Amino acid sequence: MSRIAAVLALLAMATIPLVAGEFYINLATQILIAAVFALSLNLLVGYGGLTSLGHASFLGFSAYACAWFSTRMGLGPTASVPIAILATTLMAAFFGLIALRATGLGFLMITLALSQVLWGLAYRWVGVTNGDNGMSGITRPEPFGISLASAGNYFWFTLVVSTIAFAMMTMFVSSAFGSSLQGTRDQPLRMAALGHNVWLVRWLTFVYAGFWAGVAGILYIYYHKYIHPTSLSISSSAEGLLSVIAGGAGTLSGPIAGAALLVLLKNYASAYVERWNMLLGFIFVLIVLVIPEGIVPGTRRLLGRLRRGDK
Amino acid sequence: MQFWIIQSLNSLALGGVLFLLASGFSLIFGLMRLANLAHGALFMVGAYIGANLLRKYAFIDLWMAALLSGLMVAAAGGLLERLVLRRLATNPLGQVLVTLGVSFIIADACLMVWGGDPIPVPTPSYLRRPLFVVGFAFPAYRVVVVGIAIATAIGLYLLLERTRLGAMIRAGVDDMDMARAVGIPVSKLFTAVFCLGAGIAGAAGVLAGPILSAYPGLDADMLPLALIVVILGGIGSLVGAFVGSFIIGFIYTFGTALVPDLAYVILFLPMIFIIAYSPQGLFGRMAT
Repeated sequence: MSRIAAVLALLAMATIPLVAGEFYINLATQILIAAVFALSLNLLVGYGGLTSLGHASFLGFSAYACAWFSTRMGLGPTASVPIAILATTLMAAFFGLIALRATGLGFLMITLALSQVLWGLAYRWVGVTNGDNGMSGITRPEPFGISLASAGNYFWFTLVVSTIAFAMMTMFVSSAFGSSLQGTRDQPLRMAALGHNVWLVRWLTFVYAGFWAGVAGILYIYYHKYIHPTSLSISSSAEGLLSVIAGGAGTLSGPIAGAALLVLLKNYASAYVERWNMLLGFIFVLIVLVIPEGIVPGTRRLLGRLRRGDK
Repeated sequence: MQFWIIQSLNSLALGGVLFLLASGFSLIFGLMRLANLAHGALFMVGAYIGANLLRKYAFIDLWMAALLSGLMVAAAGGLLERLVLRRLATNPLGQVLVTLGVSFIIADACLMVWGGDPIPVPTPSYLRRPLFVVGFAFPAYRVVVVGIAIATAIGLYLLLERTRLGAMIRAGVDDMDMARAVGIPVSKLFTAVFCLGAGIAGAAGVLAGPILSAYPGLDADMLPLALIVVILGGIGSLVGAFVGSFIIGFIYTFGTALVPDLAYVILFLPMIFIIAYSPQGLFGRMAT
């Protein structure tokens, strides 16, 4: 049933470039990129119970690496994209070694501190990152000779990649490994007693989440054709975390809904109010106080109540 | 030679500022198990309030500005604890997220009210003269900042170890349920400690003003330094915050002076080694 719904939703989305104007196509592309990023963070936050406040590190690093290898080293996308994703995954493996020495609030603080290091590096190491000016001059790739320059083509490309990402992450959490991951979230001591290596389960998840955030980073850099240190900042990580929590951590569709909500708010609200960061702060406080479980589980509960009321 | 001595003194001054910031963070974390991510923002708002008090009223000097600003930020912290954080007592993750949201609101409000240009905080005139020690000229104010940090450390130590209030706080840190059971008003302690931590951060913002001045982004610059200090020193430990502050003060100052591009990376190396060796930090007692 839900599989049919997913296919229908996918088909409906694929028609967007045929019926909508360029502004809406770009909006949809941004939502998809934010959704891949939120989904990858959800693996840690929702399924692993590990709240990371530094996930933008992986998106930003991958985007910077891709931009650097293409513009400074003159590599084509067939080389720069795999290198960027591989480098990001290796960095996730290394960050995971450090951050997973702790769990809970300690984990959150270490991931935040690590991401701030990268952010500071992007700002200060002007020789490599071009500092506050950001890096530009990236051209979109042409896979199989198809130009991705138009908004519609890039949307389709993003849709294909994000569908694969969604499917792979869904398989990850519904596999036996995904079950043991949820076990380490709920009962780490019992899982350890049952012979599971709790640390290894968490670390592999951390690396896998870093990999998909790296993929989101590639989509991000080719969409914007520009990267600035703010992509690595705490507010960037916080936006991802807010998408996950607003949509519903530990659900498959929640982060997508949360990412859509955030991208739409950011685009429409910034037309009316100048203070996006303040608005972001208020949404954070409001969501945590009012619907801490997230929109998708909250709506589901509400619908369930209505259905029972009908009987 | 002069380079090393001057930079060492700068390191001590930065260490002092970091201690004033990190001690409050650590105190709040120790008792309430709450990572207050708005701490950097409270520091920044303190700096702005102090800078504006000094600009508007001629009769207010730096010390009075620090005191007033500290009191105002303490009151704001108390409101935050009473009105928002209290409702989330059973949801530690929610508390962290709320303090993060609040830090965005405060930072953006500062930008809205005081604009994007840095506001300098003047050094008191009698501390502008350089201090000559063994033939080298030191800015006298930086020596005073180190003195204030040491005095604050001693004051907090005496408060925690030698007073009834401190005994109650320590009891709450060690075993909160038992502390409640023997009649310690833990709930009131929470507010008191949060006010104290926020107040020190607010006053620290003013005292750091002549060195750092008040500018947008000050919060984002200071929060990671405070986080690294407490991760390094051990979360919730006063001694750890003190030692960690000066270690980070030295590493950051010399890193910025010697390899400005990579100062942040050098900063993060000791953290990796310490965490790899002992996840609780140098002086931490509990594994979180």
